Amino acid sequence: MDFKCDKCEKPATVYLTEIHNGKKIEKHLCETCAATEGITIQPNVSISQLLEEFVLHTGPEDELARKDLTCDVCGLSFSEFRQQKLLGCPHDYDAFERLLLPLVERAQGGASQHVGKVPHKAGNEQKKHNALLRLRGDLKGAITSEDYERAAMLRDQIKELENT
Amino acid sequence: MILGDLTKHAGEWLRGEGPSHDVVVSSRVRLARNQAGMPFLSRCTDGQKQELEAHLRQHILASGIAGNILYVDIAAAGELDRQLLLERHLISREHAQSHHPCGVVISESETLAIMVNEEDHLRIQVLRSGLRLEESMAEIFQIDDKLEERIDFAYHSRYGYLTACPTNVGTGLRISAMLHLPALKMTGDIDKAIRAARDMQLEIRGLYGEGTEAAGDLFQISNQTTLGKSEEQLVRDFSQRTIPKFIDYERRARQVLLKKQPAAFEDKIYRAIAILRSARVMSSQETMYLLSLLRLGIMVGKVTDIDLKTVNEVFLLTQPAHLQKILKREMNPQERGEARAAFIRTRLGAG
Repeated sequence: MDFKCDKCEKPATVYLTEIHNGKKIEKHLCETCAATEGITIQPNVSISQLLEEFVLHTGPEDELARKDLTCDVCGLSFSEFRQQKLLGCPHDYDAFERLLLPLVERAQGGASQHVGKVPHKAGNEQKKHNALLRLRGDLKGAITSEDYERAAMLRDQIKELENT
Repeated sequence: MILGDLTKHAGEWLRGEGPSHDVVVSSRVRLARNQAGMPFLSRCTDGQKQELEAHLRQHILASGIAGNILYVDIAAAGELDRQLLLERHLISREHAQSHHPCGVVISESETLAIMVNEEDHLRIQVLRSGLRLEESMAEIFQIDDKLEERIDFAYHSRYGYLTACPTNVGTGLRISAMLHLPALKMTGDIDKAIRAARDMQLEIRGLYGEGTEAAGDLFQISNQTTLGKSEEQLVRDFSQRTIPKFIDYERRARQVLLKKQPAAFEDKIYRAIAILRSARVMSSQETMYLLSLLRLGIMVGKVTDIDLKTVNEVFLLTQPAHLQKILKREMNPQERGEARAAFIRTRLGAG
């Protein structure tokens, strides 16, 4: 839906939701009025910025980080990861899971499950698992775009795969 | 095949062909992969890096991924060779500066390059001219399959392919297109396009990657999502929804320029050609700027006696390392400026 600017009737391009004393206030502004209100429009943050932000972030997870989790395989500590922004070994994904998962989700638009290519050597179960995830994602897309014919086809494919 | 052979022609990505080549110079897909059971590179000892490099090189070379392939030992390569590979987009800036055991595998057509021991153990890239991402994806999957027959990659049932930086985890796939956007630059709408790209969660940067200026009005746009969608879907979205928007913006800007300021527009193009054909000293910056105008002139049909392939070749071959390799001597910037101007005059058929 297109909104008009609350102040000058021009098309609004800035949508703001503020919470004041538990009350939600929505604002729709054009770029000029937003600027006069002192709101600068920042482009969406890049992943490296996110990582940067995450490094500086102080939140409840910090409790965990303060104990400085260390990977028992490669010896990398979480604080070292924060500094260099690179992990030390594949096992870190499990060792730091509780701290890493929120970061991965934020960087990947909320996703935390791989649905793409699976190595041939990985078990068939894994392949099936990913194929199902992919089909379910496609199904959701088909329903959103009201492509019911495709949705029905995808539903059949999912059932078939589940029964194999 | 030896490294010196590369300077005889422009790489595949500068062939000036393929769908939408009026705007899309090249398409690139890249997969990040790591050897299972080994630390990521930043945590490897020197011995482990050596072991990895030897192991990966041996298996890549034996895997039959491409006919005639060349392996360049980067650690042993000189400064000029590193620069040459960088100018040809076969290695990254970081790789060009590495001194630990590392290398790059290059196919004869240069459509395939695999960096060994970069940020990840393997960075596989397929590069094509024009907008050919689906094709490139199919090719890179075949290569990945062949490598997987010999190499165990670190893989996790939840996170997919594991990478040194969590921002690459999952598919390990980065999809990019190199776009030539001179008209948007001239109309001043380039900032809007850049903002639009960032709003779409895309990364947009200059010709040679992060932090580089958009020399020659060339912009590299890449996806940032690597998890939660399949490779096919990521490529489809990027190639069929994202990139066409930018192609459309640029084409429209070209039409605006042609209609609204035809004289000023033509003047810019013809002046660029006149300078290219007459100048006696030329910096690489100025060369890129003028070639960008020339390229635009060809694309809008204002220039017919020079073809795109020539422009692309001149573009690449006049870069510092290429120029020195071709002329077989090291030169300071002043000497390069003179040599570059002479080279351009010859190639563009002037006196």
